[in-house]
Amino acid sequence: MSIDAYPLIADWITTRDGRLLVHTGKVDIGQRISTALTEIAHEELTIPPDQIDIAPVRTSRAPDEGMTSGSNSIEQSGHAVRCAAATLRARLIALAVSRLGGAPKDWRISGGVLRVPGSNRQISVLNLIDEVPADTEIDRHAPFLTRPPGTVAKPAMRGLSEMVLGRFTFVHDLEAPGMLHARTIHPPHARARLDRIELKTTDRSRVEGLHIIRDGSFLAIAGSQEWPLVQASVQLAKACCWDPGGGVPETDVFTQLVTANASRFPVIDGVPQNSGVPDALPKPDMHARYERPYQMHGALAPSAAMAHWDGETLKIHCHSQGIYPLRTSIADSLGLRHGQVDITHVPGSGCYGHNGADDAAFEAALISIALPDTPILLKWSREDEHSNAPYAPAMVIDLAAKLADGKIAAFSAEAYSDTHGARPRPGPNRAGPARLLANRLRADAIGPVPPQPNMGRHTGIHRNLDPIYAFPKKRLVKNLVTGGPHRTSAMRCLGAAANIFALESFLDELARGQGADPIAFRKAYLTDPRDRAVLDELQRKTMLLPDLPETGGRGIAYAQYKNQMTRVGICVDIDTDDRANIYLTRANIVADAGRVIDTEGLSAQLEGGFIQAASWALYEAVTWDRDGILSRDWDSYPVIRFGNIPTIDVTILNRPEDKSVGAGEASPGPAIAAIANAVFDATGIRMRRMPFTPDAIMQKAFAD
Amino acid sequence: MTLKLHINGKTYGVSSDPGTPLIYVLRDELKLKGSKLGCGLEQCGACAVLVDGKVEMSCVTAAQAFAGREITTIEGIGNSALGRRVQAAFVEFSAAQCGYCTAGLIVATTALLHRDAAPDRAAVTTALSPHLCRCGSHPRVLKAVDQAARS
Repeated sequence: MSIDAYPLIADWITTRDGRLLVHTGKVDIGQRISTALTEIAHEELTIPPDQIDIAPVRTSRAPDEGMTSGSNSIEQSGHAVRCAAATLRARLIALAVSRLGGAPKDWRISGGVLRVPGSNRQISVLNLIDEVPADTEIDRHAPFLTRPPGTVAKPAMRGLSEMVLGRFTFVHDLEAPGMLHARTIHPPHARARLDRIELKTTDRSRVEGLHIIRDGSFLAIAGSQEWPLVQASVQLAKACCWDPGGGVPETDVFTQLVTANASRFPVIDGVPQNSGVPDALPKPDMHARYERPYQMHGALAPSAAMAHWDGETLKIHCHSQGIYPLRTSIADSLGLRHGQVDITHVPGSGCYGHNGADDAAFEAALISIALPDTPILLKWSREDEHSNAPYAPAMVIDLAAKLADGKIAAFSAEAYSDTHGARPRPGPNRAGPARLLANRLRADAIGPVPPQPNMGRHTGIHRNLDPIYAFPKKRLVKNLVTGGPHRTSAMRCLGAAANIFALESFLDELARGQGADPIAFRKAYLTDPRDRAVLDELQRKTMLLPDLPETGGRGIAYAQYKNQMTRVGICVDIDTDDRANIYLTRANIVADAGRVIDTEGLSAQLEGGFIQAASWALYEAVTWDRDGILSRDWDSYPVIRFGNIPTIDVTILNRPEDKSVGAGEASPGPAIAAIANAVFDATGIRMRRMPFTPDAIMQKAFAD
Repeated sequence: MTLKLHINGKTYGVSSDPGTPLIYVLRDELKLKGSKLGCGLEQCGACAVLVDGKVEMSCVTAAQAFAGREITTIEGIGNSALGRRVQAAFVEFSAAQCGYCTAGLIVATTALLHRDAAPDRAAVTTALSPHLCRCGSHPRVLKAVDQAARS
């Protein structure tokens, strides 16, 4: 818990230049956490949003909240800031009483001012905060302020007004006096090692005057002018002779996942157990296998970082989602004390998980150590990001059910996957440094270390493997299969995207097999009124939809993220043509995220999650051959574009009495399944492997 | 002779090699950093600028090819009433998440509405399809475009 480590009000809330300054360890990656924190501080202290700032997230000052991941920012940082602000309000009222009299109940707060109604006694909240002793602890039970609707201002999205003017600063835009631009020359694939560099005379002229940094197979080039540097990096890359080290295995990954030796764990109530795996269901009435290929984060901006080593301190600006663990891992990699590495978060483009941000930060650090007293701005190329950032692992999910009187009497789910957890967190066997790409390439190479199974509740592979539905008997198994062809790590939703795709497709198959209504079929296994309320609302919205064209289809799906966070029901309408193109026409999303803080931000996350998932479902798959990754740009790795964006209708069931829960990863799982179910509705073809490209649909049609 | 570029109503003498792709001249020499580099392959639209009122990618074509033409970057979009209307609509509909695609989308929307004041949905998606957004802010962008067209 964030408050346990940072129990003081001043850890979270201070003032600066007469404005409120909110401190957080969670970084804004486009998910609007800074907007939500502004809203929370405003709700509790009534200070107008335009007088509230969010402090830069920096290892030397911000609360260490580890990773910004798992849709936890609202529950962790949001809760801490709310408790700190609520405590602060009580302390401020006590101060007002001691200074100007009256009883605490006489004082009212609004517009950032404390006043006694009917008197001239009033005092500004901002002026009073500095008089609260710096060591005042947060009272976790301080009552939150409830204000009548309409009296709470809705802050505009942080940074948006600068973005539309082209004035919002990304890490790529940073400058410093004497700065050099840098590029890394990455191996063609993870197993290749740099044998030698053979620069021809004609190439030399381009490269001369630039700095070439080499440490084993880690190779970088730096220079003062960016474009000449980019050209030189291309020449340098051409001059590299790589030992392919056996190349990239071309085995069928889906076969490999289910046949290789796996670390197997039964999962009970979402938690893997160190005990024997129960036998498979004997003679199931229904069995199906679902598959998700390797997919990439594919951030719009290739990763970048600025680093500056002055012989004592290594200052880094980067867009990592976990600057504290990264700080520790970089310090360990370089033999520095943790305090010698100072990382500040600067926005990059949307990341959706562990992309190249951490690797680029460490590479910039290596270059800056080689070129001391010189700020280094390293930018990866598009190809670097596509072919070197960690991927979301390929997954296979085997589902089976035994039926009794048409009802599910026993259910089995087995998920097979490589790790989803390879962020550079410190751990045994120098796991932190080992998970930084460049450390694998340096002359004194570190790693990789074999991934350890994540045994937490609804983490990694088994996130949402446990159905939310009350099936009488459940057999759930997690299979960690290591040694796949690619480096894998966390991408939005982790295992939940594929697990929910599988489960919600499977239920659709069962429901259709019985001619049952898919919503009623699900409700038969749900008793929680909040689950049922989401599905009831989805049903109501679905009844209002226009009829589908003959070539159209409709699919629904439901999930509660991690079985404990945001509940999402989705209905998707599609149209098709005779070449098996899928056109998304309409999506209805119904969600319950508890108490709503930033309605717009919540809707934006649900919509964005839907669209990213639609892109996974219809377009995305990493391809490779023995010589390396073939998905090296947006032509060889197509993603969704404006031509296939449905009309999206979001309905949020606000629960003011309930805890706020994160929603950034709640919609993708049900989105994929709803699309698959709509494809079946339209075509009679059951797509059990993503992506549902026209080719894949045609192949499946001929195979069926 | 130094290369001269007309950008956002001003004339700039450029010292970069004339063969440099325009985006590097804009960002590195002229410090107009609102245009973003996303791929360097004309595949993602983040670097889009207006050239004589039409959308062009700036990440491949050499700066010298833009001599004598009127370039408008995101920094100059607000010089026209239409551009300001598009910017306001993007704010009103929160038509961005991380914001990296935003400059290119505003440029493309401004060009579209300049030639077609009331585009239908097909015209809008055709105009915006060269532009990627990976955060999924598309529905809000489409609403912002409709709003800017109406106002």
